[in-house]
Amino acid sequence: MTPPAPRHERGLVRPYVVTDGRSHPTRNTFDLVTLVMAHEDRPLGGLSPEKRRLMELCLGGALSVAEIAGHLMLPVSVTKVLLGDLVDSGHLSTRAPIPSAQLPEAQILQEVLDGLRARL
Amino acid sequence: MDSVLASDGDLYLRRTVQTAVKILVVGHFAVGKTTFVGSLSEIRPLRTEETMTQAGASVDDLAGIEGKTTTTVAMDFGRLTLSDSLVLYLFGAPGQQRFTRLWQDMTQGALGALVLADTRRLDQSFDVMGLLEEQGLPYAVAVNHFDGAPAYPEEEIREALDLLPETPLITCDARDRISSTHALITLVEYLQNRTVQEHV
Repeated sequence: MTPPAPRHERGLVRPYVVTDGRSHPTRNTFDLVTLVMAHEDRPLGGLSPEKRRLMELCLGGALSVAEIAGHLMLPVSVTKVLLGDLVDSGHLSTRAPIPSAQLPEAQILQEVLDGLRARL
Repeated sequence: MDSVLASDGDLYLRRTVQTAVKILVVGHFAVGKTTFVGSLSEIRPLRTEETMTQAGASVDDLAGIEGKTTTTVAMDFGRLTLSDSLVLYLFGAPGQQRFTRLWQDMTQGALGALVLADTRRLDQSFDVMGLLEEQGLPYAVAVNHFDGAPAYPEEEIREALDLLPETPLITCDARDRISSTHALITLVEYLQNRTVQEHV
């Protein structure tokens, strides 16, 4: 595949405007499949439009970082910056993709295999 | 694509999900990655795009990037809930994204990769296979069946792709959910055998 030709940003706002120019989140703990959960009791007033949109999406239930980026049509890097801020402000919490108890990989693979076979 | 489940109610993960794992679906342009992910995903496949400078991941400060060549990298992904507690994400992306943060994000912690190949363009699979080997990510190869594409004996395809004897080679039809599920099962069985051998 040849790289796509340079093109204009599609949105009205360039992506990094919504992050105040930052390209790194305040914390480096987001995997694409880190699960994100919203806290329902936090006020949304004072949040930027993008953060409010993110919160409105996440208040419906748990999603992965990649899904949040996909639904909001934001680059993953931008999404991570917004998520970092919202975790810092107590609006969101995250769960590592693999629980800290560290299931052995063999057990995870067996569960994946069982789940796939059950779909046949 | 049998995405009958893709109603709003299924947008979110089950509350009981504890573990999320990822598998990459990689291959050259138009090899069927998006179709494959779409056949298996329980949600409408999602896409994210990242605009990068050519210098890629080494550019942390975005000041002054105007005038540099930018390129768009994209990935398509889908989701399969495999049990009450386990969800699998499939990420589809071409290999030339190697220097991007998005590629790093995809490969980090992935269980393994399924390389989709097209018998009409086997040579175009080398790049991505080399990349996976460099990163030590185990993979299986699935030849996606295209109407009218020549069918070769397995040995010839193995030779053309220069596969290791243990690397699984299968054929699949990325449009078909069952066929695509079989391809994933072959990959995961291979990953499981490797894990067992490492511990012997």
